[in-house]
Amino acid sequence: MKTPLWKIAHARSGDKADRADIGLFAFDAETYAVLKREVTKDRLARHFGAMLTGPVELWPLDNILALKIVLNGALQGGAARSLRMDNLGKNVAAQLLRMEIEAPESLPRLKKT
Amino acid sequence: MTKTVRIGAGLGFYGDAWHPIRASIERGGVQYIASDHLSELTLAILQKDRQKDPSAGYARDALPMLSDLWPAAAKHKVKFVLNAGGLNPRGAREAIGKLFKKNGWRARIATVTGDSVLERIDELRAAGETLAHMDSGADIGSVRERLLFASAYLGAQPIAEALAQGADIVLTGRVADAALTLGPLAHEFGWRWDDWDRLAAGLTLGHLLECSGQGSGGNFGSAGEWARVPDYANFGYPIAEVSADGSALLTKPPGTGGRVSFDTVRQQLLYEVHDPHAYFSPDVVLDMGTLRFDDEGGDRVRVTGASGAARPAQLKIVAGYHDGWMGTGMIGFAWPEAYAKCEKAAEVVQAWVKERGWPVEDTNVEYVGYNSLLGANADPTYRDQLNECFLRMTIRTKDRKVADGFGRLFPWLGLSGPPYVGSLKGVQPAKELLGIWPSLAKRGLIESRIETSLEEIK
Repeated sequence: MKTPLWKIAHARSGDKADRADIGLFAFDAETYAVLKREVTKDRLARHFGAMLTGPVELWPLDNILALKIVLNGALQGGAARSLRMDNLGKNVAAQLLRMEIEAPESLPRLKKT
Repeated sequence: MTKTVRIGAGLGFYGDAWHPIRASIERGGVQYIASDHLSELTLAILQKDRQKDPSAGYARDALPMLSDLWPAAAKHKVKFVLNAGGLNPRGAREAIGKLFKKNGWRARIATVTGDSVLERIDELRAAGETLAHMDSGADIGSVRERLLFASAYLGAQPIAEALAQGADIVLTGRVADAALTLGPLAHEFGWRWDDWDRLAAGLTLGHLLECSGQGSGGNFGSAGEWARVPDYANFGYPIAEVSADGSALLTKPPGTGGRVSFDTVRQQLLYEVHDPHAYFSPDVVLDMGTLRFDDEGGDRVRVTGASGAARPAQLKIVAGYHDGWMGTGMIGFAWPEAYAKCEKAAEVVQAWVKERGWPVEDTNVEYVGYNSLLGANADPTYRDQLNECFLRMTIRTKDRKVADGFGRLFPWLGLSGPPYVGSLKGVQPAKELLGIWPSLAKRGLIESRIETSLEEIK
């Protein structure tokens, strides 16, 4: 089934110069395995589209069931020269949580709802 | 009993709340408060202060903060390590010294200086440092004349030295945020500066403490879960109780709001981190891949397993340069067709800008209440049925007058634009835009200028 990430994960984002960075966290190990498979660099590049002017970087962290995502060139040159309301990229994580992925219905968080 | 050291988080940025620190001092059993007043850009604000008044240039919130908290801190023997010195740690000490004398308080206040390199750019280049942009490789010559500040990130060693000299308060300029925590730990436990795993543990804890409430459940990025974080009005800042081997218990003061759990701690761990297997600091390079967080319940998370690699040969310098001006205008419309009316208003403003032939490099159009925070990932389903919507437009221009004039176009829409208008609450002046210039320089060239000095206020 398709699910948006907000049902199965949590995320926070921040900024460093012209990079937006996101930590994406699975609530459980089963979901983490799905995130690792589905949340790919290509998929992320498509989701953020025109906002990106540089490559996507991605690291899985098995020890904390997390993906570290870096969106290079996503902040119009950086918080202090950005024209956006969200100049600090604090809502980039919220944008990510709207991404839909393919996931089994048996995931713990999907069973509940 | 084995020795532990308890360090509490102070501020997370210039202007952050200090009242939660009281609980850490009075009920949290902390020996140190590590307070971070400098974001990547705060030095630009402080540079402007200093241009107006040479005795300024430090984070002024340190004064009311210490004024409010020092009696409790002195009573509980709590020391403060803070980077509120900004561009002028000695000026900060002067001001704090006056405050303490006025109140009859005593303290030994140390300053750490040597981080600012704005006056040393040519000297560093002559010494062979190109100071090229770390990401793009561009020559710093292109922004040289527009630099507003340039400061190297110093590490924890001078802080540990200041504490060894007996400081009760250590005032630094730009240091790595986590150094405010690592410094006291290295001092207390006598960690060697090549004991990479222990330094990495200290760096981890510093990183978990450097954003005040974000380390104890604040800004918990989630759908629904955030609402289960208790008592936002009475938030407690995180506290690390650290053992000599670098392992620690992360918690918060009893009877406060917020939450310290596996989820809140790992969210802060990855915050503003690039490669998690090589998290650089001046003192050590941390691999986050071996860390373990064990949630013991009751706002207690055990932190173990940090591994470190040798510190980098170069230190990072972050400079900021003038990069034009931003003009801003905003206007709101109510139902019906709130969004369509915003679009029409944007069209009109764009026509006016064109008519005037203003030199505008970039235009940004956002709809507050619809997509100003979610951008292209906003859900368009209800776009045309919004109860109300605000147009926010910003431009980038080299001409300050144009940026000022841009905001003044918006009130005209009130009588000669679409109906049911709100938010005509004054015009926003031009805002200076800054570019960030990160670069690297050999450690020795920076460290040879570091000075710690101690003054006793009595």
